[in-house]
Amino acid sequence: MSGAEAMAGGAVQDDILAIAESWAGEGRDVALATVIETWGSAPRPVGSHLVIDADGAFMGSVSGGCVEGAVVTEALDVIGSGKPKVLEFGVADETAWEVGLSCGGRIRVYVEKVA
Amino acid sequence: MDATLLKALNEERRNRRAALVITDLGSGAQRLVREAGIGAEPDAGELRQMLLSGKSRTQATEAGERFIAVHLPATKFVIIGAVHISQVLAPMAMATGFDVTVIDPRTAFATPERFAGINLLAEWPDEVLGDVGLDRWCAFAALTHDPKIDDMPLAAALKAGCFYVGALGSRKTHAKRLDRLMQAGIGPEFAARIHAPIGLDIGAQSPAEIAVSVLAEAIAALRGRDARRDTAGGAAA
Repeated sequence: MSGAEAMAGGAVQDDILAIAESWAGEGRDVALATVIETWGSAPRPVGSHLVIDADGAFMGSVSGGCVEGAVVTEALDVIGSGKPKVLEFGVADETAWEVGLSCGGRIRVYVEKVA
Repeated sequence: MDATLLKALNEERRNRRAALVITDLGSGAQRLVREAGIGAEPDAGELRQMLLSGKSRTQATEAGERFIAVHLPATKFVIIGAVHISQVLAPMAMATGFDVTVIDPRTAFATPERFAGINLLAEWPDEVLGDVGLDRWCAFAALTHDPKIDDMPLAAALKAGCFYVGALGSRKTHAKRLDRLMQAGIGPEFAARIHAPIGLDIGAQSPAEIAVSVLAEAIAALRGRDARRDTAGGAAA
């Protein structure tokens, strides 16, 4: 039984860490993104995870789908460099508008390689 | 995240143990703090508070900014008795984030019709509690009024250290129950943990109102607040 299956009874969000372990165990290059701070009406709470592999496959969420694309792009960079990054998305940031965090919230996301 | 750390963290989570991961956001340095090891931390008190709140957050320190991720097991709510109170308590507890199981061997009570969408076991508690798995991240309420059904799981919940143990019944009923539990080898220090009469003193009248008072009492226990003591004029005041 994989870790993900063993924890299938728990909250769906929590399975992301099991998926990260299982992907890394398969020899895939993996990054983990974690919401570390939110302001305003951010759709996903602090501690929410997104797991990304080198092919851009991902599971989980750090927003309601608005910034995942940008996080995946940054994650590929982190997988390449091995250096963690803190990303910030929000209404005050023009780029954030471009990637579409239109809910009015602001979030900070920590992206790290699983190695 | 170091793959070994991730593995160790998932091991804690699989075994339903609380843990924290502390990340230095500048350097990326990271470590796992198991609940059992919190005592050795310089800021043990604060970390314990974070476990009670269940909330992860960033923190500015002299050494730079860090992120403390709190990983708590999913909380369960085991309800003995497929009674009217349970019909309201079970869905409300689910909405609050508990994994709910209702157990009652009386098949007239434990019908899927009365408990649509609820994990319902029409079995004797001693036959199923092993699978349900009582532990300290579990709330427990005995609601049948019937010692034959309630007593065994009540003793099991106390021994398992469930964070909340409530039992329905008047003070008189509860005094008799305590006598029975003592005879069954449950010491007074365990028995004192039972919330009885069950529920916060909100003047609950209907089964639904009692369900609200029970759920509120369980949440207070989860968050480390003795609602009876903190509320002037509370049930046990």
